[in-house]
Amino acid sequence: MISDLMSAADTPSPTDPALANDRRVELGLDRPIRLDCGVELASVTVAYSTYGQLNADRSNAILICHALTGDHYVADPHPITGKPGWWADLVGPGRLLDTDRYFLICSNVLGGCMGTTGPADIDPATGRPWGLSFPVITIGDMVEVQARLIDHLGIGQLFCVIGGSMGGMQVLEWAHSHPDRVFAAIPIASAARHSAQNIAFNEVGRQAIMADPDWCDGDYQSHGLRPKRGLAVARMAAHITYLSEPALHQKFGRNLQNRDRFTYGFDADFQVESYLRHQGSTFVDRFDANSYLFITRAMDYFDLAAENGGVLANAFRGTRTRFCVVSFSSDWLFPTPESRAVVHALNAVAANVSFVEIRSDKGHDAFLLDEPEFHATLAGFLDGAAAHRGLPPSTGQRRYGR
Amino acid sequence: MMTLANGSLRVDLKLIAEMVEPGARVLDVGCGEGALLDWLGRHRGVDGRGIELSMEGVSAGVGHGLSVIQGDADTDLKDYPSGAFDYVILSQTLQATHEPRKVLENMLRIGRHAIVSFPNFGHWRVRAHLLFRGTMPVTDTLVHQWYDTPNIHFCTIRDFLDLCREMNVRVEKAIALDRDGRVLPLPRAAGIANLFADQALFVLSRDA
Repeated sequence: MISDLMSAADTPSPTDPALANDRRVELGLDRPIRLDCGVELASVTVAYSTYGQLNADRSNAILICHALTGDHYVADPHPITGKPGWWADLVGPGRLLDTDRYFLICSNVLGGCMGTTGPADIDPATGRPWGLSFPVITIGDMVEVQARLIDHLGIGQLFCVIGGSMGGMQVLEWAHSHPDRVFAAIPIASAARHSAQNIAFNEVGRQAIMADPDWCDGDYQSHGLRPKRGLAVARMAAHITYLSEPALHQKFGRNLQNRDRFTYGFDADFQVESYLRHQGSTFVDRFDANSYLFITRAMDYFDLAAENGGVLANAFRGTRTRFCVVSFSSDWLFPTPESRAVVHALNAVAANVSFVEIRSDKGHDAFLLDEPEFHATLAGFLDGAAAHRGLPPSTGQRRYGR
Repeated sequence: MMTLANGSLRVDLKLIAEMVEPGARVLDVGCGEGALLDWLGRHRGVDGRGIELSMEGVSAGVGHGLSVIQGDADTDLKDYPSGAFDYVILSQTLQATHEPRKVLENMLRIGRHAIVSFPNFGHWRVRAHLLFRGTMPVTDTLVHQWYDTPNIHFCTIRDFLDLCREMNVRVEKAIALDRDGRVLPLPRAAGIANLFADQALFVLSRDA
């Protein structure tokens, strides 16, 4: 199968230096992509970035899976906000995700709004935006589309699949549904199922969007509108869950925003209010409201145990993948017991697993931040896995952080 | 990958390491920074896994390319399938577990052999300390005060042998060590070793 793929005319040559970032590819043309809901998509456009070079035997590829509101701009400035990529500190020569050693791939998820087919795109059947008629997608569907991209790139087995939060769900799904294509898996601050509390938070976000009159029952594009207020509130609520009480307290306390007394009104008197409003208002410039609905739904539906007879261990039976599970002590969105459940399931099938709970007060967002212990653990795990995979060791000095 | 501790091992770990057959599947419970696993991987080609309580220990172990999970003997052994390992090792940790008997049972279930080492509370210095000073013993090997010790289930060599008999566990090998790491004779009834051994090391298995 791999050799067939390698002979495909449109696959990039392993040493082609012109592997540019922010690429687009149309997938599913040869074989429609069948979604879990039963709908078949005859064509899916996937936006993706790559960094580094694919080696001669195509054994050094790492797939990076992004979180709910992430995208494939891992290390490049975001085209709308201009901010550095969400893992820019981790990607580069000599860095943790070392572009001198690995070929990194990250694609925008199915249902996304940064180039991959999603509800804001045109439904070829009607010539109008999909909107709410976009099929309800799952984490499994996202992974299926990623697998097609990996086929397209001529890669049989990924050296590693890594991701945090919803990205971690994709990592677990990859290890479950394509065990032979994943040599090492790193699910970070994640879970094998979305908890009731997390579904609840997602529902608050969705209801905020739907309560915005500009949402127009999902058909806002036809009306030339965007449900900015609803999406901003959804983002504000979600953003609180990404932090922690100590992190919020340290950052803002009860400090007032550019004033020395209360206004006795509903202005953003407190810094934390001002901060959240800013988070909400900047988010709507780069994210589509319907994408938010569909992607949060995909997270809600995720439950690897339920898909495997109610026993999570069944999802990983016979696995030869090396796992490194990471959680953060102050993460209350994907708390450590969720990671521990994954570890226990992997132990039950005697899988090769490492697990560490990193002490941090930064909450769920810690996986995106400069946490030296986290990065050192990942670096060691990757080095060990690379040695087992027969990849050459790192040359030169490792560089962390900024 | 770097070598941990320059390849030198604590005396009891060295004894344990020499007991493990090449290529074996090994679980080291309470593996610290993974010195034993690292040595076994290098010199015996074992497929090693570790469990360690502290984030620093796990991080160091994983950072050296070892497979280590953060957990402890009381809560994290029950998930492993029976017979998953050739050796399950618990060095100097039994006395710090909440339910030592359950831990031993799990070790013997998931491993063909269990290797256990522990400080001997029957040592004459310990006995003398309690007898003459009337305070909880603090010695070279038992360095904690009673109020801050992680060691909540001390036993003597004789206690341990009694438990093995009660559990119908086969003692394949028993080694007693004095404070300088010298091996003392350790007969079935513990005898003099229970008085002079600083620590003891047992290889156990379930009667087939």
